Amino acid sequence: MFHIGLNHYLVVSTLLFVMGIFVMVTKRNAIGILIGVEMVLNGASLNLIAFNRYVAGGLPHMDGQVGSLFIIVLAAAEAALAVAICMNFYKNLNTVDVDRGDELAG
Amino acid sequence: MRNIKKTAIGLAVLGLVLGAAATARAHETDPAPAATSHDLVQRSEGPGTLEGVLFYVFAATVLGSGLGICISRNIVRMAVYLFITLGGVASMYFLLMANFIGVIQLIVYAGGTLILLIFGVMLTSKSPWVRFEVKRGEMIAGGIVCSVLAAALLTVVLGAHWPTTEASVQGSTVAGFGHALMSTYLVPFEAVSVLLLVVMIGAALLARQE
Repeated sequence: MFHIGLNHYLVVSTLLFVMGIFVMVTKRNAIGILIGVEMVLNGASLNLIAFNRYVAGGLPHMDGQVGSLFIIVLAAAEAALAVAICMNFYKNLNTVDVDRGDELAG
Repeated sequence: MRNIKKTAIGLAVLGLVLGAAATARAHETDPAPAATSHDLVQRSEGPGTLEGVLFYVFAATVLGSGLGICISRNIVRMAVYLFITLGGVASMYFLLMANFIGVIQLIVYAGGTLILLIFGVMLTSKSPWVRFEVKRGEMIAGGIVCSVLAAALLTVVLGAHWPTTEASVQGSTVAGFGHALMSTYLVPFEAVSVLLLVVMIGAALLARQE
């Protein structure tokens, strides 16, 4: 029971991914949706690290960890831009409720 | 009810700290790699149990706080739960012998991105304790869709046959990162640095006061 393998980490990362999608789908606050995106990215990143450890075999092979590093960097960039967009949204509509941003709906 | 919630959050944070300390200690007391495979097999029984216990502690932290994000309606509380989730995932990176990426996760995610999100919350709401009511039907529909998705993904993931190997070399990954980023991944590395510059300018331009 206490022998931890690849599947344990895959289960955790899958559940984290699905919970992130649930947050993205159900929250109406734009920043809440951003939090869901961060959870999805963390699940994917945990997957990469687990595969790097258990399939590639660890230290000489860094491909999964480098991919995870790029995920973290891109998530930081995405969060900065998304918060800027949220502030513009708030300036225009005076709320961050994404259901109010329906001016382009037919 | 409020006290129970506070106690749960406190316990989660305490577990995280204790687990991180135990991980550091386990790595510290791990002796140098043995020469023969016989020694390796004998030695791997002790830390294996500790690794299992720590994995379950971190998994409970990550999934519990993730569930907290799902059911919480308060945006500030969601940010706090996200902090615990990120800490748990970073602890899992340490457990997977990816120490550099764990540190980067703590610094960039928990220290940078989360602060950015909290600033976003503060700047975009009249009071930070704002609530957005979600219809019960939407929650149920989202729950059903996500449960089906989780079942499908778990079936595929657990049914697949992954060619696993055991880790051969143990130690710090910082030097490996330096080599990888400066040789194989030089072009993506430079592209990402240009992208960060573009994002910095773009975010400043988007968010400035007219």
